[in-house]
Amino acid sequence: MSDHPLFQLTLVRFREFLREPEALFWVFGFPLLLAAGLGLAFRNTPAEVLTVGVVGTDVAAFESAPALAVEPFATVDDGLRALREGKVALLVEGPSSGSVIYHYDDTNPEGRDARMRADIAVQQGAGRADPVAAQDQFMREAGSRYIDFLIPGLLGMNLMGGSIWSMGFAIVDARRRKLMKRLIATPMSRSYFLLSFLVSRLAMLVVEVGAFLGFAVLVFGVPIRGSFALVAAVCVFGTLAFGAVGLLLSSRARTIEAASGLMNLTMLPMWILSGVFFSSQRFPDAVQPVISALPLTALNDALRATMLQGATVTQIAPQLGVLAAWLLVCFPLALKLFRWR
Amino acid sequence: MLMLATTMQAAALRVRALRKAYQDVVAVDGLDLEVPAGECFGLLGPNGAGKTTTIEICEGITVRDSGDVEVLGMRWENDARALRQRLGIQLQETQLSEKLTVAETVRLFRSFFDNGPTPERVIALVQLEEKARSRVGALSGGQKQRLALACALVGDPQILFLDEPTTGLDPQARRQLWDLIEEFKRAGRTILLTTHYMDEAERLCERVAIMDHGKVIALGSPRELVASIGVEHVVEFSAEAAAQPLDLAELRTLEGVRDAHADNGVVRMQVTALHRAVPALLAVLVRRDIRLTELRTHSATLEDVFVTLTGRHLRDE
Repeated sequence: MSDHPLFQLTLVRFREFLREPEALFWVFGFPLLLAAGLGLAFRNTPAEVLTVGVVGTDVAAFESAPALAVEPFATVDDGLRALREGKVALLVEGPSSGSVIYHYDDTNPEGRDARMRADIAVQQGAGRADPVAAQDQFMREAGSRYIDFLIPGLLGMNLMGGSIWSMGFAIVDARRRKLMKRLIATPMSRSYFLLSFLVSRLAMLVVEVGAFLGFAVLVFGVPIRGSFALVAAVCVFGTLAFGAVGLLLSSRARTIEAASGLMNLTMLPMWILSGVFFSSQRFPDAVQPVISALPLTALNDALRATMLQGATVTQIAPQLGVLAAWLLVCFPLALKLFRWR
Repeated sequence: MLMLATTMQAAALRVRALRKAYQDVVAVDGLDLEVPAGECFGLLGPNGAGKTTTIEICEGITVRDSGDVEVLGMRWENDARALRQRLGIQLQETQLSEKLTVAETVRLFRSFFDNGPTPERVIALVQLEEKARSRVGALSGGQKQRLALACALVGDPQILFLDEPTTGLDPQARRQLWDLIEEFKRAGRTILLTTHYMDEAERLCERVAIMDHGKVIALGSPRELVASIGVEHVVEFSAEAAAQPLDLAELRTLEGVRDAHADNGVVRMQVTALHRAVPALLAVLVRRDIRLTELRTHSATLEDVFVTLTGRHLRDE
């Protein structure tokens, strides 16, 4: 058994991968760093404190106002200068003899926000009573944050990149070194050669997906609401589809340069269009049919649906169908075009 | 009739009217070969003579345009699977995976074959035991070539195809590889090798086909081929310019000299009787007071056969 050609060929895949430290970093380290970095950058923060300049008013009037910092100015001119320089979002002049003037840029959301908050403080300070009592109930649930949106997208992107790069580089390199020609001069079965990529890829998937999702769940508390089996099945399905795409892209190229050009050309549009970092719904309706036919869109949508909404297999059937279609078109075509020497 | 049948059985490789063209270049142009079992046969010729194309067609890697190729009595069209199990192949430019060790590489190749020695045994055969755990990337050129040979031997092949096995190696590594190949010859294996080194062909091959422009221009044992040009020795000399320049026609008339050519200031004479030709040459040089800067003689080689047949050297760039 240990000397079965498929086993030996798969071992080669692992050895070549594990003995390349850079590859290890890009597959395991980079996605974690990216998730950590983006998670920090886009973490949900409480409402920002806005600074308001006041002239001729008692600072104490604003003490009860939520999230307002108050800076007093001696003259209106001083206050306006600070407003122009962006040091304050709003300048309050007055109130005196029953009127108040608000200086602010009405095209700036912070300015509008500050005006609203300051006005409430001013009116309440002047004795206004609210007829309706209001209560705040905060909804900060896991699953609706940016990081929750991001993690399935990054996972999908990694599955795409991992399949296409690992397949493409190893195949084109073997062709360039004439190693493939040497291998087909032996009795080796050609299907074992191709199958070894799939087997090693699927085995690597367990570690790759496990490490990434483990990190996301433990560090960011990203929920996995659907069944683990279904999430795993979606990952395997995506890997098969992208493996076929990778095989097709590397079926003829003789140089790494030619192959990586093709791979980037294929992957770049999907990084942008397929909803990795932001929702693909932001693109115009006219291109939506094209976007949803892309394999990465299907994979990301299926991952988000199972992880965040606990979707069942029937609910993600359309996405699985798209992935299956890519597999069934690319794989036979790649075999037909494949250059063995 | 029976005799004929036996000899046909004994042919390990038979090639008839083989042709292969790439775009507008005819690489192999009507080639015939027959290699009996147990023989070491060499394809000798300059780069671009069609040696590699010929051997790769025999190996079933390149598809021929026309002609007939029979290996071990089988044909690629019908018996590829059985043939692959029986052939040992070393290609000219294969770069094995540098991140694998020697042992891992041999074990991988061994896994493709139904029968054959253990990987350890093959590694010992090519004397790489000490390097068994080294990465391929850390091997010297000679060691890499011996590893390539090991990968060709893992299936205990009936025919060994070696394409330029010592090209680019230093003299010591070449001799080491020759010793290995000679060992396999003694084991009675059939070997087809290509080379552009005449000394390699002379040392290893029972018979040689000299190829040029896709055709066999001479065929026989190295000794027969050398004898066929009717020249036993070659005298080469260069001389300082003199008042009375040398006349090649005069040199050709000297006793024991068969022919003379000048090439880049070096005169090259094909000589049948060295002991007569050299004194006669020296007498001419003394009479004209021409100073020699260099004088060399050697026994005729396959290189001289090639030069005689084509007017070019084997390693002309």
